[in-house]
Amino acid sequence: MSADEIKRLPWSLWWTQVLAIMRLELRKSFFSRRSWWIYLLACLPALLTTGHSLIMWSKGDWNHAIGFDSNVFGYVFLFGYVRLGIYFGCVILFSNLFRGEMLARTLHYYLLAPVRRDVLAVGKFLSSLAAAVLLFTASVVLSYVTLFMHFGRHFEEFLLRGGGLEQLGWYVAATALACLGYGSVFLLMGLLFRNPMLPAAIVMVWEGINAFLPPLLKKISIIFYLKSLCPVPVTESGGLAFLAMETDPAPAWLAIAGLLALAAATLAYAGVYARRIEISYAE
Amino acid sequence: MSREIVFENVSKFYGEVLGVNRVNLSIPPGITGLVGPNGSGKTTLMNLMTGLIRPSRGAIRILGIPPDRPEALFHHVGYCTQFDSFPKGMTGYQLLYSFLRVHARPHAEANRLAWAALERVSLTEAAHKKIAAYSKGMRQRVKLAHALCHDPQVMILDEPLNGLDPMARAETLALFTELGAAGRHVIVSSHILHEVDRISDQVVLLSNGYVVAEGQIRGVRSEVKEHPMQILIRCNRPSELASRLFLEDHVVEARIHNDGQGMLVRTRDADSFYLILNRLVLETGLEVETVAPADEDVHSVYEYLVGGEGENR
Repeated sequence: MSADEIKRLPWSLWWTQVLAIMRLELRKSFFSRRSWWIYLLACLPALLTTGHSLIMWSKGDWNHAIGFDSNVFGYVFLFGYVRLGIYFGCVILFSNLFRGEMLARTLHYYLLAPVRRDVLAVGKFLSSLAAAVLLFTASVVLSYVTLFMHFGRHFEEFLLRGGGLEQLGWYVAATALACLGYGSVFLLMGLLFRNPMLPAAIVMVWEGINAFLPPLLKKISIIFYLKSLCPVPVTESGGLAFLAMETDPAPAWLAIAGLLALAAATLAYAGVYARRIEISYAE
Repeated sequence: MSREIVFENVSKFYGEVLGVNRVNLSIPPGITGLVGPNGSGKTTLMNLMTGLIRPSRGAIRILGIPPDRPEALFHHVGYCTQFDSFPKGMTGYQLLYSFLRVHARPHAEANRLAWAALERVSLTEAAHKKIAAYSKGMRQRVKLAHALCHDPQVMILDEPLNGLDPMARAETLALFTELGAAGRHVIVSSHILHEVDRISDQVVLLSNGYVVAEGQIRGVRSEVKEHPMQILIRCNRPSELASRLFLEDHVVEARIHNDGQGMLVRTRDADSFYLILNRLVLETGLEVETVAPADEDVHSVYEYLVGGEGENR
């Protein structure tokens, strides 16, 4: 397709339709029964960090360094957000975009509208992405602030002049990219599989053992690129830590470009696949 | 743009189960009744027309548009499905309004069209009630409104009279008649045969996934050669008429009514019968009050062609 042909496509119609779909879907993302699980997953790490600060305050423990809590946040982000909250939040939000409507027997309302199925997939994806990014980035910022708040003025100093704001910026970016990467994968799984939970479990295991994989296999994952974006490196701990294989992180530009490319490719395939879906509520 | 709905050798299999097989149809504008027992393929045919399922073989064109192009198709097509489920938490108005917004209609137009459709199905008072609180009849009406709110040229309606009370049913049939008369396609499946019969310009009879007959009901009836046509005559001297008619080869039975004021004739050649009847009336001065085909309706044709396998007559 030439550039001129691409320009002549009805972009404004598609955008109007995407916005109409998003208006419908955002309501579901924020106010359905399922969304309570996402709120819970988003709040959990923030509750932990708030608890941490409250305990520090009550103990009057001002002796540990900001750098220590900065490391702690690295672990909270990786395990509390990426592996738990964002991962399962995305499973719930994105894999149900089509599959959930099949189960509720309501997908035909969309399929009977004069909208391209790939535009429908994009509209649904963007609405869940907006919800996930909003909830999880807000939660990450909240966790960051609550973890350090017991440092009072020192935290303000660290945030504004000690690189804290930049650190927080990277965590927010990594959160948004995690939602984008996992979201696109789970959207596709919801289209491809009648029960997307099984492949989601396989992905979870794959992402979980990432630290123990040889360098080449490490790179076929989302978490590797997300870890590369984290400003504080996190090493495996626990009994199996000796099995972990150290690998240099990917440069930030490559991590960002890689995750964007993954999302674009997955979304494109989901759009193509969506054009072929049939209503089979009886299954 | 073509004005017809065309099926070219269309088959649909669900795994090894037959949905419909080798369907060739060309449906002109007007009201078309889809008739057949449960599992005969009516809903499959409708889902194929709307692209909710894809054919295993063959091609379909709706006004020249293939169903796998929903972005073009659904400007012209509305479908009232049999699925009795709705997006959670929506009111009748919200369902139509949001659907029209997905059509990319601006707010004011979507609002106007949503209200117009609700008015057409007499649902304006319940417009802001949650659909979950609707009765079966109201849910049916909101589905109808959903199918016609964007003013489509083709309306595909799967059992649209289900759950409607007699008043709503009469109003809905009047609406279909109005739409059909305006040159729209109204494809209706219903198990209430006399109602299909009353409104349909043509019928498609399905059995076990095959189209067993199609066309105007009179034409379909005349094709059923193994069952002689039944004609009801109300006249003053039925015995005399019967004796004259028995001289004709194609008349196989003449049964005089108990009141002695009429008879039921069974003939293998209706056209010849009508010519002879005209001649006899002129020759004998017979006073004829009524002449009407007794089995030239969907129910009879359905009986003859589909027989006892139908459950939903």
